Amino acid sequence: MSSPDHAVDHDLHSHGDTHGHGTMRSYVVGFLLSAVLTAIPFWLVMSGALQPGATAALVIGLAIVQILVHTVCFLHVNTQAEGGWTLIAYVFTGVIVFITIAGSVWIMYHLNTNMMPGMPTGQVSGTP
Amino acid sequence: MADELDRQAGREAAASPTFHLVEDEHGHGHGSPTMLGFWIYLMSDALIFAGLFATFGVLSTSYAGGPTPREIFELPLVALNTAILLVSSITFGFAMLAMEGGKVRTVQLWILVTGLLGAAFVGVELYEFIHLIGEGATPQRSAFLSAFFTLVGTHGLHVTLGIVWILVMLVQLQQRGLHIENKRRLMCLSMFWHFLDVIWIGVFTFVYLLGMIR
Repeated sequence: MSSPDHAVDHDLHSHGDTHGHGTMRSYVVGFLLSAVLTAIPFWLVMSGALQPGATAALVIGLAIVQILVHTVCFLHVNTQAEGGWTLIAYVFTGVIVFITIAGSVWIMYHLNTNMMPGMPTGQVSGTP
Repeated sequence: MADELDRQAGREAAASPTFHLVEDEHGHGHGSPTMLGFWIYLMSDALIFAGLFATFGVLSTSYAGGPTPREIFELPLVALNTAILLVSSITFGFAMLAMEGGKVRTVQLWILVTGLLGAAFVGVELYEFIHLIGEGATPQRSAFLSAFFTLVGTHGLHVTLGIVWILVMLVQLQQRGLHIENKRRLMCLSMFWHFLDVIWIGVFTFVYLLGMIR
């Protein structure tokens, strides 16, 4: 931890991201995991091996796992990089993304199902 | 020389108890907040995609009597594109490892390969779009198709801009080599590229795969 070493360290590994560049191992592991996590959902849907409901649940689950694999192995998000701020921003974004998507779909689904039957969307308001 | 500096550093550390500033700076790099700033940009870009995904989710069954996903999507084509993008992720990883080793030619080679894979991805996607439009499944046909073209098109546009960035990076590496600014740019570009792959996971899952079993 001598100061010249420190300076060199800074120059080579800009932005204190020394922990987060990844190694050959992390890239290869990430790639292999992603290949498997991509192949399974495609196979499930293309072969129709399971019921649609089970397939959908499994496909979504595998996508979430694959996103996490990419985040760790390729984007190198961890508790150390940038003093933890990348992780905090990532988690915060994840929450907002979830609220935006799930909230929109939830609200609009109920809006649709609570319409009177046989009443086409778009002609609800106003007189004919 | 190093010894001398070492001792000097030791004296400075002993003289003043403020060496925690050095530690603090270590956390943020040498005073440049670029990496964190770029990360924040990527997160805000993710929010743009969240809006587009939400729109698609809401409109995904509004066919307006038009074609349904099952009728127009070709999963083998999507699988091909997914494979292309996944391979391009690891080739960019190889570029970053070469950057660590200071091998500028190898970096150029790998990001060129990445750029070509990206171009193949955009090519397949354009082929798909043209095919769809030829079948009458245009963005104007139904809300589902409008949302589909907007979401997938925005991702494709990002990849296209990523390719442009790779080309610029190739020129910059050719001119200046692996100096500190170029390393920083490469690291931002790497994050951008891997981020697009993450978005694509959402696209092939929620648009294509779930569309086929709806």
